[in-house]
Amino acid sequence: MSVVLGDALGPRGRRRTAIASVVSSAVLLGLLIIALRRLSATGQLDAAKWSFLVKPLVIRFLLGGLGNTLRAAAVAIVPAVTIGTVLALGRLSRKAPVRLAANAYVQFFRALPLFILIIFMFYGVSKLGTDLSPYWALVAGLSIYNAAVFGEIFRAGILSLDRGQSEAALSLGMRRRQAMWLVVLPQAYRRMIPTILSQSVTLLKDTSLGFTVTYEELLRRGVFVGAAGKDPLQAFVAVALIYLAVNMTLSRAARRLEIRQRRRYRAGSIDIAGAEDLQAVAAGASMGGT
Amino acid sequence: MSVLIHNLGAFGAGFRTTLALTLASFAGALAIGLVVASMRVSPVAPLRAAGTAYVETIRNIPLLVLLFLFFFGFPKMGIQYPPFPSAVIVMAAYTGSFVAETIRSGVNTVARGQAEAARAIGLTFPQSLRLVVLPQALRAVVAPIGNLFIALVKNTALASTIAVVELGSVYTRLITETAQPVAILFGATVGYLALALTGGWIFAEIEHKVAIKR
Repeated sequence: MSVVLGDALGPRGRRRTAIASVVSSAVLLGLLIIALRRLSATGQLDAAKWSFLVKPLVIRFLLGGLGNTLRAAAVAIVPAVTIGTVLALGRLSRKAPVRLAANAYVQFFRALPLFILIIFMFYGVSKLGTDLSPYWALVAGLSIYNAAVFGEIFRAGILSLDRGQSEAALSLGMRRRQAMWLVVLPQAYRRMIPTILSQSVTLLKDTSLGFTVTYEELLRRGVFVGAAGKDPLQAFVAVALIYLAVNMTLSRAARRLEIRQRRRYRAGSIDIAGAEDLQAVAAGASMGGT
Repeated sequence: MSVLIHNLGAFGAGFRTTLALTLASFAGALAIGLVVASMRVSPVAPLRAAGTAYVETIRNIPLLVLLFLFFFGFPKMGIQYPPFPSAVIVMAAYTGSFVAETIRSGVNTVARGQAEAARAIGLTFPQSLRLVVLPQALRAVVAPIGNLFIALVKNTALASTIAVVELGSVYTRLITETAQPVAILFGATVGYLALALTGGWIFAEIEHKVAIKR
């Protein structure tokens, strides 16, 4: 229900809402009809225009592209999370130079468009004497960029943990490093799972940038399919729907996990210090590279 | 570095286009975000459903796919715009869905009593939204919207794929044409950093001015 209205409407409010419902349904329906008529007037709704999408060859080709997309995303996440952890620890380090270096990395790579980075990995690096394949250029760009994002996420996660946790660990006689690895990090990671998952959706979307370095992921294959049949509209709709299906599944999972976490930790998966930090990260990161 | 000085003109032109693209898209995104957020908190079920469908669809499709769909796909059904307006439309629609979600989360921070009081003095829903709830909600989300602005600055680089000659496109051309990729990278970075930092600073100032301390 509406967040703003709070309690139930009276008779007049209900009547108004009912009228508004009818009117807005009519308007939305009208827009849909206009769109469909436009499509059919230009012949884009003809079955012949869509039938190529169910050819086994085309389906296999596109699903292969999806496979490449998923592979690049999965491979990029591993170093991104690893370096992200190192960065988060670095930013919370007691040594000023370490803090400075980690901060510089995070700030620099978060300010740089992912597109610029991936283009550099492919066209720039080859000028410097080493060639990266399109696949590795994409994975390297995604990893370097997302490491900065994960660094930010993990830092917020570590800060969100009750100080008592590390204090208790220290008073048990653990060293700072032990307290971090045995007590703080495991809890921080667990709290961060929903955020990690939603960042993975962003990362998955960003693999489409592989197109710009000729990596054969889903979008590039969609371009091929569309160009081959001269039906780019249908091909891109198919590509969009595939992305939608995969990402919605992941987003749903993230949301369900978040609700479960919230129940488990009562006040919310994230509270105390770092809450605003995290909110800012979530808003920025969810749009992230793309 | 000489390669930078040599191509300063190209970088400058690209930077101006990126700036125009960012500002135009951001204005559109704010408008779309306000409308969609209002739809999503309204008591009218069809509007809520439409708002949710919009946000869920747009957010789960990569921006690059949306750009291609609009620029290469839509002309087939007679909707055709030059590269720059196309980029503005798609960027605004994409960023707008994120702005809508952010504003909606801001609406959640407004105390319930505010909306109840607005209703108690006889304001209709659109009135209470416009006069009471949104002004407070917007103050709460200045910082997250600033983050979206910075993300938009970075996303405009993708417009180079549909032949908009902005900073990212100048960068891509120079990095393939010249032999000093690091200098070119530096040039592009300075451009984007300048935009992002200025944007971040402006939003911090706005937040400082309008934030309600609770």
